[in-house]
Amino acid sequence: MSVIRRRLRTVAVAALAAGVALVSTACSKSDNDGSTGEGGQVKLVLQTFQNFGYDQAIKDFEAAHPDITVEHQKMGELRDFQPKLVQWLAAGSGAGDVVGLEEGVLLGYVQNHDKFTNLLDLGAGELKANFPEWKWNNALTPDGKKLIGLGTDVGGLAMCYRKDLFAQAGLPTDREEVAKRISTWPDYIALGRQFKASGKVKAAWLDSATSLMQPYVMQNSETFFFDKDNKFIGDTNPIIKQTWDLGLQMAADGLTAKAQRWSADWDAAFKNSAFATLPCPAWMTEGVIAQRSGPANAGKWDIARIPGGGGNWGGSYLAIPAQTKHPKEAYLLAKYLTSKEGHLAAFKEAGAMPSDIAGLEDPAFKDKTSDYFSSAPTGQIFGESVKNMKPVFLGAKHQQVWETIFEPQMQAAERGQLSSDAAWKKAVDEARKATS
Amino acid sequence: MSSTVDAVPPSRAASPPPTTPPRQRPSYRLGRWDITYSPYLYIAPFFVLFGIFGLFPLLYTAYVSLFDYELLSGTKEFAGLENYRVLMADAQFWNAAYNTVGIFILSTVPQLIVALLLANLLNRQMRARTLLRMGILIPNITSVAAVGIIFALIFADRYGLINWLLGTVGVDPVAWRDNRYASWFAVAFMVDWRWTGYNALIYLGAMQAIPKDLYESASLDGASAWRQFWAITVPLIRPTILFTVIISTIGGFQIFTEPLMYGFGLVRGGADHQFQTLAMYIYERTFTGNAEYGYGSAMSWLLFMMIIIFALINFVLIRRSVKGDEK
Repeated sequence: MSVIRRRLRTVAVAALAAGVALVSTACSKSDNDGSTGEGGQVKLVLQTFQNFGYDQAIKDFEAAHPDITVEHQKMGELRDFQPKLVQWLAAGSGAGDVVGLEEGVLLGYVQNHDKFTNLLDLGAGELKANFPEWKWNNALTPDGKKLIGLGTDVGGLAMCYRKDLFAQAGLPTDREEVAKRISTWPDYIALGRQFKASGKVKAAWLDSATSLMQPYVMQNSETFFFDKDNKFIGDTNPIIKQTWDLGLQMAADGLTAKAQRWSADWDAAFKNSAFATLPCPAWMTEGVIAQRSGPANAGKWDIARIPGGGGNWGGSYLAIPAQTKHPKEAYLLAKYLTSKEGHLAAFKEAGAMPSDIAGLEDPAFKDKTSDYFSSAPTGQIFGESVKNMKPVFLGAKHQQVWETIFEPQMQAAERGQLSSDAAWKKAVDEARKATS
Repeated sequence: MSSTVDAVPPSRAASPPPTTPPRQRPSYRLGRWDITYSPYLYIAPFFVLFGIFGLFPLLYTAYVSLFDYELLSGTKEFAGLENYRVLMADAQFWNAAYNTVGIFILSTVPQLIVALLLANLLNRQMRARTLLRMGILIPNITSVAAVGIIFALIFADRYGLINWLLGTVGVDPVAWRDNRYASWFAVAFMVDWRWTGYNALIYLGAMQAIPKDLYESASLDGASAWRQFWAITVPLIRPTILFTVIISTIGGFQIFTEPLMYGFGLVRGGADHQFQTLAMYIYERTFTGNAEYGYGSAMSWLLFMMIIIFALINFVLIRRSVKGDEK
């Protein structure tokens, strides 16, 4: 008995040892040759933030490419993912084979692009016609020789407005009629004055003077804060100062609600019907405006074309870090996810607006309407704004300069904390320091 | 085990007598080792973990602070003390230091005084004593982020609760963010709301260790409750007060989440950085923009030094002032 038991134990130990050895060799094998297992099976890691809506698209991709499996790592919020990605890229390991880059992040990497694969080398040149020119150009180095990202979603821009408040002030409420009355920014401001002059509404015309800045500059200038050599020109680009003055003049005339975007007051201003119009990107409609205005205001909002016709706010890209061991397969994945099929799957799953032109034309997107916004044809309105937008060179630090320097200073001036001149000078000084 | 014992004898085969002594010796030695070394082994986990997660990062940060090290562009060049030199002239850093010290003083002083008084009240005989004692800890176990969001709403500029209350009594609304001192006050208020109960419980624990006969004899001598508090309670819990002051200094200088949530998640800390703290500025330079790890490390080291210096100053101040005329 005891002998048998002992022998059994020996066998078990031997088996266990053999098993451990097997497992460890298996592991080391897959580690060494970059997870290319038997039969050429390739495992790709895809890292995205927030919700790209790729669950179904990945399944379809795997079905079409039986030799590739995709591990989708959802990395949480952008602010959590971004510092990690910077570290992984610097360390040379840890980043996925395909990674999601938010537009502002991408712009920074266009300037420091050596950590990424040139997609043009992988044959991405053929995809150029699929995207609006500006979306494509943003991911291109200024010399046009290296492309580091393929466009995923975009944030087409429209003008969201409160129908009920328009009616109270005696303005037209039909979205076509409104679009005609605000077809240019001066028209838009003139209508705002009429709105206020009616004396029948307490609400302001616009949420904040700063809301004017991004769409106005992008429509009227080919550059924003930086020239194509990434030199700061925020102080000399006449359009920026012009927009700044225009916005602050609106504030001085009492046309803005002076609410700082993303603050608690801004949130509450929706519920309190404190303003009648708001330039709104596609992702803001259901996710921000409907949520903050609440069910009590359902059907009171509507959507018209943005003054000037085109615009974009936000959106992301897929890029392939240079550290990947499978650039070809990674490119196949990125290409599929940014194709019409990938875009429409993401739209269905997460409401992400396609940047693919064929996707924008597809009935699945184009015929989309929004119940909360008085059945406005959101697919059509937002789609047009993206296609109508002219390419603007933004530069590596565009987002940083706008969101952390110019916007806060403009808000301070709007609230009367500083004079417009003092705020402008501060913003320019700070931006020069941050970009030197 | 037995095999090693078997292996020994050949060399010792000459010494015939008992087989037991050699057997005992190793275990005896083990026993001695046990007594001499085990204590070190038992406390080793702390030191090993501290070494890995405390000491090493500390030293490595010092090392990195000597480099011009930017993660985004990938530069890494030895720069000596250049980062520290730039830091000395960085107005935004000193602005952040000013804010941090201001918020620290504005929060810690009232916090510890109120905690002391609260602990004194809770130390008495009263109804539902345990419930109250536990109750004051509740703010401490709520998530900082949740506290930050709620207080950002309460202190909102236009639709906030406080400005509404002020409005009902005819006071002009306060610009809770644009005004530097108002923003400090609001952030300090958040900190106090969270930490006063915690400190009160620590004081309470110390107070309960004070022998009751001291109070009895003081009462017989006709000392008032107030006098007893200052002449007996406070001097006797002095070590505890020192402890809380140092812990508050360390925590207060690293304040991050409260002002961040107060500024609606922006590390800028107000249009003019009026409530940007050191930790926020370090985060801004290290983890956003160019990811300047070298500069961030230099700032972190300077913050570390400032914490040590302030903790020492506070230590000396409190030891002096609490001593009073006792002893």
